[in-house]
Amino acid sequence: MTDKDMLFDYLLRLGDNSLILGQRLAEWCGHAPMLEEDLALTNIGLDLLGQARMFLSYAGEVEGKGRDEDRLAYFRDTKDWRNLLLLEQPNGDFAKTMARQFFFDSFQYLQFEALSNSSDDRLAGIAAKSCKEITYHRRHSSDWMIRLGDGTDESNERMQRAIDELWGYLPEMFEMDAVDDAMVADGIGADVAGLRTKWDAYVNGVLAEATLTRPEDSWSVRGSREGKHSEHLGYILAEMQFLPRAYPDAKW
Amino acid sequence: MDVIEQELEELETAFQAKVDAEQRIEPKDWMPAKYRQTLIRQMSQHAHSEVVGMLPEGNWLTRAPSLKRKAILMAKIQDEGGHGLYLYSATETLGTSRDEMFEQLHSGKAKYSSIFNYPTLSWADIGAIGWVVDGAAIVNQIALCRCSYGPYARAMIRICKEESFHQRQGYEIMMTMAQGTKEQREMAQDALNRWWWPTLMMFGPNDANSANSAQSMKWKIKRQSNDDLRQKFIDATVPQAEFLKLTIPDDKLAWNDERGHYDFGEIDWDEFKSVVKGNGLCNRERLQARIEAHDGGKWVRDAALAYAAKQKTRNAKAA
Ligand SMILES: [Fe+2]
Ligand SMILES: [Fe+2]
Ligand SMILES: [Fe+2]
Repeated sequence: MTDKDMLFDYLLRLGDNSLILGQRLAEWCGHAPMLEEDLALTNIGLDLLGQARMFLSYAGEVEGKGRDEDRLAYFRDTKDWRNLLLLEQPNGDFAKTMARQFFFDSFQYLQFEALSNSSDDRLAGIAAKSCKEITYHRRHSSDWMIRLGDGTDESNERMQRAIDELWGYLPEMFEMDAVDDAMVADGIGADVAGLRTKWDAYVNGVLAEATLTRPEDSWSVRGSREGKHSEHLGYILAEMQFLPRAYPDAKW
Repeated sequence: MDVIEQELEELETAFQAKVDAEQRIEPKDWMPAKYRQTLIRQMSQHAHSEVVGMLPEGNWLTRAPSLKRKAILMAKIQDEGGHGLYLYSATETLGTSRDEMFEQLHSGKAKYSSIFNYPTLSWADIGAIGWVVDGAAIVNQIALCRCSYGPYARAMIRICKEESFHQRQGYEIMMTMAQGTKEQREMAQDALNRWWWPTLMMFGPNDANSANSAQSMKWKIKRQSNDDLRQKFIDATVPQAEFLKLTIPDDKLAWNDERGHYDFGEIDWDEFKSVVKGNGLCNRERLQARIEAHDGGKWVRDAALAYAAKQKTRNAKAA
């Protein structure tokens, strides 16, 4: 891989994370437990979509083959997607959606804080702008962790189950491969492995306040950086990409 | 006439005088019980329409054909949810609660705009809804900005600003499709064919058959008649359709020089009644989706309440 290829791949990872999670949040539209939450979820989804567009546009420019944000979003198949496995997991109930969101928000917050010091100005700019949004996302999902964890017996059980079901998707967030190493070496990327301690401290604090139990690290699934995904991603793409694929000559 | 009746009559006279003088009625002011009921019915129906209206558009959110369109649609649906919120709050000023209003929606006692019982079958429907459905809503809502009830009028002023964005964005989708490939043009025309007549029905029955209208006009809840508003909408929309080179599905549609308005065909009120009664393609899905969101979300709301109560006790102990 050339430097350019690596930067392209790195930007796809960032953009795909935001796009796939935003797409999942869009599925809640009109179905949230209360109107205020419907608005909050669309608000967060919109922020994520905005991030995705900035990263994918930039990725397309770096690649230099004339692919724009839409070409990258609508005409890649599963093996070319780089989003974390966590983010393509189905919404489940509100507890599962919030747990997924909380784990990612608390990761993305630290990742983007680091990226806002990137030697790549454009990347640093996107990260800095997004940090403000993510601060709100993280507060929102942390509040729900605490409310649901320390709410009723039912909400506590649901949230505990959600955490248990998602736990094995989390180690992947902190993995480093050759691309990550190269990006860190160039001062462009974030050392995500190094964020683990801070992430643990924050997450443990919220889980404790929520009276939730941190699961044992008994299983973990990985592969998204090499394009190995769960079966869910194919369905997300089938739905998302339907129109541009069915009418490839059309402009929308 | 006993004292109470006499007092009531005086209050009603004073109320009507205030309305006639174009003064706003505020929540703490005295108002006739019937005025209050009429407003609760109309405003909660309006709020429900905003919220149920999120569903047909939400149906295309995960399938929007570009990321930009997805973002615009997401923001639009969010606006509609926000409109629902203002309107529920404005209705609460009349002494009802959001829970009561939901209960009435879910039991079928309260209605929502029947337009949302139609399905969104292609992406062009998202364009058509923004253009004509939001377009019709604007015509209705501009009139409501001068409604005699203060909180409703103020909610409408805020909402109208956003609705005009929605209409422009919808028209832009239609324009792109009308100027696009053969398939896109067909989708655009098909969408207009399906949404045109139901949109005209949004203005309500003809004036001659509109039972509540006269009283609402007198109370200045309504400022213009159904037929006048419908005409206004048609007059504004026909040139827009011509510009798109799309055909409005009405062979009686023709400019009438004498009237200075477009003439148009007879609305099929039997279809309207039938859809309101439950025979639309999506009546059951729409209501079911709202009921499931509400009932399915009860444990979340309960948890939030339980947590808030625990916090209150903890704070009291700490103090
Ligand atoms: Fe609306
Ligand atoms: Fe609205
Ligand atoms: Fe609207």
